Amino acid sequence: MISLAGRDIVHSWGKFVFTGIGLGLLIGVTLTMAGVYRGMVDDARTLLNNSGADLWVVQQGTLGPYAEASSLYDDEYRGILSMAGVEQAANVTYLTSQISQDGHDVRVMVVGIETSSHGAPGQPGFLLAGRHITRGHYEAVADIMTGFTIGDEVQIRRNTYQVVGLTKRMVSSGGDPMLFIPIKDAQEAQFLKDNDAIINQRRRTAANPAFNQPGVPGLLEAVIASQSVNPFVNAILVQIKPGYTAEEVAEPIRRWKRFQVYTRVQMETILIEKLIKTAAKQIAMFLVILAIVSAAIVAFIIYTLTIGKIREIAVLKLIGTKSRTIASMILQQAIGLGMIGFVVGKIAATFWAPIFPKYILLEPADTVTGFVLIMLICVLASLIAIHAALKVDPAEAIGG
Amino acid sequence: MADMHMGITIEGLRKRYGSGDTAVDALKGVDMQVSPGEVVGLVGPSGSGKSTLLKCLGAVIEPTAGRMTLGKNTIYDEQWKIPDLGALRRDNIGFVFQAPYLIPFLDVIDNVALILMLAGHSNAESRKRALELLEALDVAHRAKAMPSQLSGGEQQRVSIARALVNRPPVILADEPTAPLDSERALAVIKILNQMAKQYETAIIVVTHDEKIIPTFKRIYHIRDGRTEEEPGEGREI
Repeated sequence: MISLAGRDIVHSWGKFVFTGIGLGLLIGVTLTMAGVYRGMVDDARTLLNNSGADLWVVQQGTLGPYAEASSLYDDEYRGILSMAGVEQAANVTYLTSQISQDGHDVRVMVVGIETSSHGAPGQPGFLLAGRHITRGHYEAVADIMTGFTIGDEVQIRRNTYQVVGLTKRMVSSGGDPMLFIPIKDAQEAQFLKDNDAIINQRRRTAANPAFNQPGVPGLLEAVIASQSVNPFVNAILVQIKPGYTAEEVAEPIRRWKRFQVYTRVQMETILIEKLIKTAAKQIAMFLVILAIVSAAIVAFIIYTLTIGKIREIAVLKLIGTKSRTIASMILQQAIGLGMIGFVVGKIAATFWAPIFPKYILLEPADTVTGFVLIMLICVLASLIAIHAALKVDPAEAIGG
Repeated sequence: MADMHMGITIEGLRKRYGSGDTAVDALKGVDMQVSPGEVVGLVGPSGSGKSTLLKCLGAVIEPTAGRMTLGKNTIYDEQWKIPDLGALRRDNIGFVFQAPYLIPFLDVIDNVALILMLAGHSNAESRKRALELLEALDVAHRAKAMPSQLSGGEQQRVSIARALVNRPPVILADEPTAPLDSERALAVIKILNQMAKQYETAIIVVTHDEKIIPTFKRIYHIRDGRTEEEPGEGREI
């Protein structure tokens, strides 16, 4: 038996192909939306992986540096270093900033890292070009998504930094590319006030009799000096020694140092289930709407194509074609349309994903799930057309 | 169904649409008999019941009363006696319409062969038999063409081939010459006569066409739901 659906598709290939392309672009958008979510999850995991940390030590009662503001004294890491199971501990600061790059603004996450020893937690794991930061001040390593190249000068607040290295896939949980600078510079940048504010603060301190007592020389200068530096960091990243579990090392830090400590699993939960939860819901809503729109389009197209063939269907029924043959023809056409749409959508999503400003991750498992869903949608969408076709009276083929 | 090649016989066929005060009797007791190899005309004014009769004969609508016999087999006697009317139509009744109604996405040979394929014959065998008929009807050279590429006369010959391909005992032709000029209309009737004789098929031609009415040897006039038989001129074409 010949394939009636196949012959019809070949005969009206233009109609099917152009409809399939339209549907495919919609499917491409759907796959891309799924890719946006996957990209966000992957960004979060990459952020954790690239930090090189096993534990995140943060201010008590906070969710850590990525989800909430956290502030710790910058000398606390020394105490942590001395605790059992701790291999390395390093301060880190995070500051989201809008900086100028070649005449236009680029949003980056400025990360302050320890530069005294290579391989400390928080440092970029690998470089595409250039070298790591070796000086204590005014050098930077940038993710290539920032658009900077080796030798470029970057203005952050009042200081200028020279880009000495380039790295890749170092992004914040929000997808902003990272710019690494020495921790001391980052601490300064984080709380740096403008000159007017500094003068105003000094005047207020001098006017306060508690800080400017006539009988205590040097007190005012000491207070002002303490106000001029930022002794805080956002977190301490800890690497544990082989043979220890994360929880074994975390628990004494929580108990004796009175900090909040998150393991890798806990931090991943915070990022994925708390930080991007709303965004994931938003994307899920889009996916549901796009799926409904796709189903409506397939149903409308297949219904229209079927209604356009009522006379032929009446003739087919009159000459004894079984209902299941006619239903199968419509079903195959719907599936054919879905397959054309899926191929177009997959190709479109693959080509346009790299153009998006944020990372789009098209996972094979999502592609397979998408294919199954599209086929299911096509089957459901064809039911209306099949119902219409089966209602056709073969008598319509005979005049009168 | 075995031994259908005995023509078609209709006795006291009635068809009522609706019920109660609004009921309309479209057929009020039709009697007909068409033998194998015979082509008869069925003529009548609009609203006389021609189409209703054709639909009853074609097992498309169910009569209200009467009896229909195809060969030795009773297919209707106050109710359908055949459970699968689709199969009955596919295997025993050929249709030729006013417009050819060829399937636009199948080429000529597959339009003709489709009924055989639906009946379970292999594609190769179905196409072989279709090609034989197309040759007999002088359209074999258009076997690979699509219906839209054929002239009106060619399309009608292909639709005749489609009606004949499974060698049905009965062919119902509904105004088959309406869209054709005199020459082509007479050519179609000539073909139907040839095929009726060659394949022992009983053919009923519903028509208004004054050009072809004189060619029938027997004519059934239908008026107000009743048929009257009268001899035709049987003019040679």
